[in-house]
Amino acid sequence: MSEAIVRAQQLTKRYGSATAVDRLDLAIEEGEVFGLLGPNGAGKTTTILMLLGLTEPTSGSALVARFDPLRQPLEVKRRTGYMPDQLGFYDNLSGVANLEYTARLAGLPRGEIYPRIGAALDRVKLREAGGKRVSTYSRGMRQRLAVAEILVKQARIAILDEPTSGLDPQSTREFLELIRLLKRDGMTIILSSHLLDQVQSVCDRVALFNRGRIGLAGRVEDLLSDVLGGSHVIRLDAHGSGLAEAVGRLPGVKRVTVDAGQLLVETQGDLRPAIARKVVEAGGDLLTIVASHASLEDVYTRYFEGMRDAA
Amino acid sequence: MRREGSPFSGIGTVIMKELADNLSSARMRLLELLVFVTGAGAVYATIGGIKETIGEDPFVFLRLFTTGHEPLPSFVAFLGFLIPIVAIALGFDSISSEFNRRTMSRILSQPIYRDALLFGKFLAGLATLAVMLVALWLLLVGLGILLLGLPPSTDEVMRGLAFLVAAIAYGGVWLGLAMVFSVVFRSAATAALACLAVWLLFAFFWQMLVPLVTFWIAPPDPYDPYSQLHTINVGLGIARLSPNRLFAETTLAFLDPSTRALGPVLSSQLEGAISGAPLPLSQSLLLIWPQLTGLLAAMVLLFTLAYVLFQRQEVRA
Repeated sequence: MSEAIVRAQQLTKRYGSATAVDRLDLAIEEGEVFGLLGPNGAGKTTTILMLLGLTEPTSGSALVARFDPLRQPLEVKRRTGYMPDQLGFYDNLSGVANLEYTARLAGLPRGEIYPRIGAALDRVKLREAGGKRVSTYSRGMRQRLAVAEILVKQARIAILDEPTSGLDPQSTREFLELIRLLKRDGMTIILSSHLLDQVQSVCDRVALFNRGRIGLAGRVEDLLSDVLGGSHVIRLDAHGSGLAEAVGRLPGVKRVTVDAGQLLVETQGDLRPAIARKVVEAGGDLLTIVASHASLEDVYTRYFEGMRDAA
Repeated sequence: MRREGSPFSGIGTVIMKELADNLSSARMRLLELLVFVTGAGAVYATIGGIKETIGEDPFVFLRLFTTGHEPLPSFVAFLGFLIPIVAIALGFDSISSEFNRRTMSRILSQPIYRDALLFGKFLAGLATLAVMLVALWLLLVGLGILLLGLPPSTDEVMRGLAFLVAAIAYGGVWLGLAMVFSVVFRSAATAALACLAVWLLFAFFWQMLVPLVTFWIAPPDPYDPYSQLHTINVGLGIARLSPNRLFAETTLAFLDPSTRALGPVLSSQLEGAISGAPLPLSQSLLLIWPQLTGLLAAMVLLFTLAYVLFQRQEVRA
């Protein structure tokens, strides 16, 4: 494992008596896609602002690309691209003019600005729209323009705050594909989202936020098996007695619950054939059997519900 | 804790962008039109009145700016009204608009400090004002040369330039105020109304309030001339808290060379003086120095206030 490119230690932010981020520890490796996941108000954006040096932490420290965001914010901001959740551009200017302004603010050499903007617009498929006013852009185009801004800057780290919120499914898919492309270039990507299922496919590792703390962190598959104990959820509509017990005895079945008259079986792997056989052997009538991947949403609900029950 | 890197990196870019925005916005075009039309109108009307006394006055060009022709007020009186309006229009939404357009966090995530953004916006506003005032001044001097058939003397040109500097500083005070409100209020309409309220206070109500407050603080004793003098001085001090008053006195000293004092003068002080004789520019400058530095200080103070408030503001809207 290489040295972490983003590191936070005991990072804390309080607004008055409210604690937005509470003693947060974080280590993100170079080149990975890291998801900060959790509901709105869990402290994701505050964490991002502290990493960028846009908000002062109450206590604790952070290191981004080996620079301290509090003391060397310019160095940090030179190496990071940020796409805020409340994304706005100068509507009366064209996409190119918007990119040019931020490129100049970033202090890029004059001769390089236009070639870089052209290349970046090609990457995000906005070449034709580049000369039009941003007021004519759709939401998806604005998101892509923000990515182009990060590309123009040639940032090593991209921080995307809620990049897929408000996008239609088609644009979301395209956007996630764009993130994969950036990762292939070796960019480190930190993205936050409250739509856990949407981003679980692109994230190498995730941290689940709850009330300013990271409850769980790790690779998506590990979290699924650690918390849920299984990788699949199989929904079973069957009539018969003692089916739950019979299915529960199968090897690889982690948990069986009854939900609205149906059986929910959490398994390691897709065990549909074995379960179907078992139901028939036990004399039950099998009506439908559907398998789905377990999701981070389930992990989140399970984990934090468990915490609340314990508390 | 020290932060590293220059607070001014990126300031040139901000200035150029804001300047372009200011000069091309419909809001500024309208105001420029208003200022140019009223200014030219006032001067044109004055020229008609001045022509008759043209041979008797060594400072005809300065009269052009200071003399009113009924029912129009003088050009400088117009400017005293209009400069604050233009400065407020330039500044009242400069910071809040970045928040409302949601561009603030994106701009501040570039490698610049907030200082550069605020300072750049302020300087761009000041530059816009300066461009407008210099253009206006040149236009009117040109109009004067054309219609009076006389070139201005060196002294008149110098006094005119000094007046321009004072006018820009006066605009800077209002720009600073507008920027304070643009930081404090997220809603542009609220900020604009707050600015206009302050402007109304100083433009119209201050001179009514001054005697009330003065008689309350320092009531004059009818049998003691020194207490009456004291009352007058207190009244002047309070009146001079208004930038409008400072600007009016500055223009008076610069544009009317015969101005020798701006406060009460005892007859013993007038002994040996030739009444109505003009002062050289250096003496006028000396006379008005406190007012001029007062204007500059107010501008710096207001900008600093905006700066401190802005630095403490959270980036997320």
